[in-house]
Amino acid sequence: MPLSTQSQADDEQYVLVASLDNARNLSNILKAITFKDHAIFNATPNGLKVTVEDSKCLQANAFIQAEIFQEFTIKEDSVGFQVNLTVLLDCLNIFGGSTAPGVSTALRMCYKGYGHPLTLFLEEGGVVTVCKINTQEPEEPVDFDFCSTNVTNKVILQSESLKEAFSELDMTSEVLQITMSPSQPYFRLSTFGNSGNAHYDYPKDSDMMELFRCTKTQTNRYKMSLLKPSTKALALSCKVSVRTDSRGFLSLQYLVRNDDGQICFVEYFCCPDEDVEEE
Amino acid sequence: MAIKSVQAVFRSLATLEKTVEKCHIELDEQKNRLTFTLHCKHGLMKTHNLSFQDSESLQAVFDKDSYGNAFRSHPRLLVDTVVHFPPSLDEVTVSVSDDRMWFRNHVEEEADQSKAMLTELCLASDEFDHFAVQVHNSITFCLKELRGLLVFAESTGLPISMYFDEPGSPVVLSVTDSVLEGNFVLATLSDDPNHRKNNTRRARTPPPPPDDFMNDDIDSYLIAMDTSIAPGPSATGPPTPPLADSICSKQAAAANHRTRLHSEEEEEDDETVDSSRPPNKKFCSLFFGSVFPPSSQMTTQPVTSQEVLASDSEDDVE
Repeated sequence: MPLSTQSQADDEQYVLVASLDNARNLSNILKAITFKDHAIFNATPNGLKVTVEDSKCLQANAFIQAEIFQEFTIKEDSVGFQVNLTVLLDCLNIFGGSTAPGVSTALRMCYKGYGHPLTLFLEEGGVVTVCKINTQEPEEPVDFDFCSTNVTNKVILQSESLKEAFSELDMTSEVLQITMSPSQPYFRLSTFGNSGNAHYDYPKDSDMMELFRCTKTQTNRYKMSLLKPSTKALALSCKVSVRTDSRGFLSLQYLVRNDDGQICFVEYFCCPDEDVEEE
Repeated sequence: MAIKSVQAVFRSLATLEKTVEKCHIELDEQKNRLTFTLHCKHGLMKTHNLSFQDSESLQAVFDKDSYGNAFRSHPRLLVDTVVHFPPSLDEVTVSVSDDRMWFRNHVEEEADQSKAMLTELCLASDEFDHFAVQVHNSITFCLKELRGLLVFAESTGLPISMYFDEPGSPVVLSVTDSVLEGNFVLATLSDDPNHRKNNTRRARTPPPPPDDFMNDDIDSYLIAMDTSIAPGPSATGPPTPPLADSICSKQAAAANHRTRLHSEEEEEDDETVDSSRPPNKKFCSLFFGSVFPPSSQMTTQPVTSQEVLASDSEDDVE
């Protein structure tokens, strides 16, 4: 590995070292949550969690397990920092982000700890680039308090059909209404736009429906502008789980396969727009 | 109902073809809603409830079968013809003779005449599946509308039929198959009775073939331009193109252009000599002048029956 030419002694100073042979395995998944400039990184021995938030109503998390990395060394239980995500992505794609087969950018991400910049060593075709990105005090991500015990309704769908629905959604509608019910219409996405309303109904026995577990009828509305970024994650994913809890909070979990076929997760939490009378 | 809202229902053709199994359309008058229900693969059902308003619709009064001139061709022929005109062109003039059809761009009077580009295409009758001319007429209508319907016709591959009579009467373009019949009724520029100066001449019959309408200077101009007019211009001398009829006397409007004046004078002389010569003058005004203030006549709405009748009664072209 070309990057191992770096002196091993330096590694002693780093609290976090993560290496990837193909930086795209990280950059692609980060693109799915890039709707704000800043991201909170939290590394644990399990892997890397990157969080992006919008106005305390929407939160996106990307999980990249330690196993995905070729090397993942962490000296503390939890290492956290905040960086400019746009800058990070620009660095990861510094070699132009070409998708030619066999050509990939190798990454070695190192962090010395609080107060130090995040150092990226990127190599492609023998050329090495070193990027140092300033870090900031990590903000505490909002805890949406979404526990599985509180989940009232859950469905798992194949992303393909949901992708189609989301691409056709009436953008003149301010809200996206999600109805989940053990009875008709089972799972429904509704929009209320300038010309009228539209409904997308997924029956519970559809081929696209991998899991259907709805205990009670719930209808919730979410701001379209908040959910729009999630379409990036949807585009990358092969499966999505949609869950709502008793308060109407929405959890969207996307299963993403990276270039090497490994699995990563992206999760979106969204607050409901208003109290809608439950039917 | 806004077209955009209906278009949104059928937004992605590719998706529609792949996934939609059937489409159900229902009108709910009480709630003022038109509902489109698309039943798709995998059990997915898309329902669109669109609101609509009551409105009065204009009814075009026309009887295409009664029109003297009827043509039918594959849309490809017309598509290949209109592609030669600039996209910004508003109106096109179609003229017919016994065995040819001409397409010319229509030039507004206000346009700078010396800089106007004139385009003309000639189609032979054998390029059409059906070509029947009773009256050598010339009509001017909106090209943009024609382009739009050609896109539709080409996608269906159905032959387009064209019916028209005299200028002022609508031109009807029709696309038919076993499940649908589409009639596109376009208004055509009509003659303005107030401007006409050559009533008597017009009463002459029959209007001559359009290909010999060249005046001397126009003649040489066209020769120089190397147009595609099949018969030699003015080789056979004679009568003017029915075009003239359609423009009828915008001489008043056309009076500005020098060349025009010159030609007019010439023709006046000619006319004394050859009284059977139809109004070259009128032709000139077509060529250089505006036919009619567009706003008053050119609309994309079907011509109301009143207008059609008015033209009919005053415009005795025959």
